[in-house]
Amino acid sequence: MNPLMIDIPPGGIAMPNLLSRYAECTIWLARYMERIENLARLIDVTETFVRARSTSTGWLSIVQINADDERFFERHAVASEENVVGFYVIDRENPNSIVSIAHAARENARSLRPLISTEMWMHLNMFTNAVSALGPTDIRPSNLSALCARLKQDCQTHHGITEGTFYRDQAWLFYLIGRNLERADQITRLIDIKYHTLLPSVAGVGSEVDIGQWAAVLRSAAAYHAYRRTVPGDMTPAHVAGFLLKNDGFPRSLSTSLRQLHWAVGHLRTDYGLKNGYAAAERIEELRATLAEQTVEDIILRGLHEFLDWVQRELHRVQEEIARAFWPPAMPAAADPAPDPGPSQEQSQS
Amino acid sequence: MSDSGSNFGSAFGSDPGQHDAQQGPGLFVSYDTPDFYCELMNRRDPAPDSLTLIRERLAHFGLTELRQRARVAEADLYNLGITFTVYTDRDAIDRILPVDLIPRVLTAAEWDHVERGVQQRVAAINHFLWDIYHERRILKDGIVPAGLVLGNSNYRPEMEGLDVPGGVYVHINGTDLVRDGAGNFLVLEDNARTPSGVSYVIENRHMMLRSMPDLAAGLDLMPVDEYGPRLRRALTETAPGGIRDAQVVLLSPGIYNSAYFEHVFLAREMGVPLVEGRDLMVENGRVFMRTVAGPRPVHSIYRRLNDDFLDPQVFNPDSMLGVPGLVDAYRRGNVTIANAIGTGVADDKAVYAYMPRIIRYYLGEEPILSNVETHICAEPEGLAYTLANLDKLVVKPVGESGGYGLIIGPHATQAELETFRASLLADPANYISQPVIDLSVCPTLCEAGVEARHVDLRPFAVTGESTWVLPGGLSRVALRKGSLVVNSSQGGGSKDTWVLAS
Repeated sequence: MNPLMIDIPPGGIAMPNLLSRYAECTIWLARYMERIENLARLIDVTETFVRARSTSTGWLSIVQINADDERFFERHAVASEENVVGFYVIDRENPNSIVSIAHAARENARSLRPLISTEMWMHLNMFTNAVSALGPTDIRPSNLSALCARLKQDCQTHHGITEGTFYRDQAWLFYLIGRNLERADQITRLIDIKYHTLLPSVAGVGSEVDIGQWAAVLRSAAAYHAYRRTVPGDMTPAHVAGFLLKNDGFPRSLSTSLRQLHWAVGHLRTDYGLKNGYAAAERIEELRATLAEQTVEDIILRGLHEFLDWVQRELHRVQEEIARAFWPPAMPAAADPAPDPGPSQEQSQS
Repeated sequence: MSDSGSNFGSAFGSDPGQHDAQQGPGLFVSYDTPDFYCELMNRRDPAPDSLTLIRERLAHFGLTELRQRARVAEADLYNLGITFTVYTDRDAIDRILPVDLIPRVLTAAEWDHVERGVQQRVAAINHFLWDIYHERRILKDGIVPAGLVLGNSNYRPEMEGLDVPGGVYVHINGTDLVRDGAGNFLVLEDNARTPSGVSYVIENRHMMLRSMPDLAAGLDLMPVDEYGPRLRRALTETAPGGIRDAQVVLLSPGIYNSAYFEHVFLAREMGVPLVEGRDLMVENGRVFMRTVAGPRPVHSIYRRLNDDFLDPQVFNPDSMLGVPGLVDAYRRGNVTIANAIGTGVADDKAVYAYMPRIIRYYLGEEPILSNVETHICAEPEGLAYTLANLDKLVVKPVGESGGYGLIIGPHATQAELETFRASLLADPANYISQPVIDLSVCPTLCEAGVEARHVDLRPFAVTGESTWVLPGGLSRVALRKGSLVVNSSQGGGSKDTWVLAS
């Protein structure tokens, strides 16, 4: 049984239904905070890795993971540490920078203020103010690791405050949907990029550098110790990818994220009678089944990149189906054309 | 110096040794009790014991200590996001409404007077609105000029003949009061559309109890926490007939509105959804909100949106903030809008001048709260008087709010007066004039120490089946020395208003 299940009384809580707009904002708030945490982890581990290996090619992979090649090279000639870190931490022109995402998270939280706890709002407000105040000196190499630790901690504080104070109703389920959609998406991006950038030649496979890089990938996902504890033997790319994709105990694995996503969508139906989520639920079931039916070796043999690409597209469809189910642009009962629903949010990563 | 002057001496001058050397001298040592009525230090009546106690406690604070607490309080407000938001192209700038840590105190007797006066005024305004949108007796009887009402830009023909539940047009009213040199309360302005500021009343109290617990300890202050439940009850009581468990919502223009914090605050205090226009829709003359389970009915709307923006089918067709069809649903009696549409005609500065007569006409009572003496420039004698005394009067445009476009004669230069005279002559009907009131003051923490600053008071009245007035109200303070303009948009701050229960 999923331990989260005890969070909601059987039969749900009798209360008015959630405004569609609140549901949408809740999902995006959760996604953005999860995204910031992932980005901070990635910068941190890249910094550690690059420093230890006296090579600088590692920074490019962050740009690739986020599919920002075009935008980045419009602004910078080389993927140096200074450029990449500046681009992803303090560049307000980059919608995928931490400062931009933090502002987007706060704008969603501002819309949700009637719903979220004062503690959640206060922390987000202070966090965004702190991120906005970051300047070039804060991202110098000597400060970077401490900065990433602080960013991660702030995201974790957000998750903790949310877990401890957010009222358990429909909004909480939408929050979990957002968080797990983002986690699932982020882990597939991480594996996809690393698997290919780290396999440039057959000769490199199994070498010391290779293993160090895979250890770094695991560390960036906070998975290193869990991996060591549960996967004996040599660290191979297949083992690492398998762990990150299929390990049911690791909180950031694809399988765990999909399970929790499925659970949350399912509870919208069972506890609140929100049956419209069936299309999303079916798609998530299909994703889980496809992942469970194959070993990681099968997946690699058939094409890891193709698989991950398919997962990402399916996750995007899940998001679209949830949007169609719970915040349709015009509700069926509306006699008149609905007013412009305002600028809708799009996942800024492609 | 008056009797209270000797109070000052005995309470604060007695024992300098009590002041902590590190904290500097007591707060009021250099307080220059001004000629104005000082709410705390220079009252012209015997102070109740609890007020004397507040003075004594305050006197034992040092300036350094008070400044330190003020800094912490300010940071608190900022972090809590109790802010106005000012948007620029790039950023959302959150500004707090500065709060002074020295409270403004009202005695039980003063409050009783204000409360009854506000209730009376709200009752008269609701009678007036019903009348002008139905029988227009007051116009036919020549008490108020018909042109002033029917030609008013805030008059809404859509309201003619419409019966609103309970006859309540103004569910939420803010009455701006000042005190003159003798301490008399005078009504400066009625706010019967969408008065704002009540969230600061309640947040200021929370902040004061956190920052100044030693000042408030043991005092019997009337609580302010009841506002949300009272408002929700009033909106439920005035929901369309036959509705049980009415769904109440607060309609906000959204996060880019400078008062968004207050909208959130009130939605939370009432426990109702905060909706934007795009969250609502009208079908077959009924209002629904879009939820994750599909459309759900809505019965009472506390709107924080001006009339103009409510319904693009009836008012401003370009408004994206409102709800198409809302006025039709309203006219069919399927939804309550609070405040009603078209209440602006009652709080217009030109109609204000007639309010004492309006009270007598409908209620057969003398006004409990007086108006400030007002000259109507639309009338020849009013214009003549105003032109002859421009340098002594405050002249206000009737259409504006927020302290813009007014001139304070004694503070204006000759050139400013002449420019203003031309605007006045060009459109006299747009202006009223009033004598400069020696607004009362309160001791206030300023750059140079504790100084006297002018204050006003906006009590908030909530009307459902009856009218309830939130004890106290928003005390706004003009932070600039000598300034009479207390608006937050013009450099004003606020104070917590303490009503002593006994």
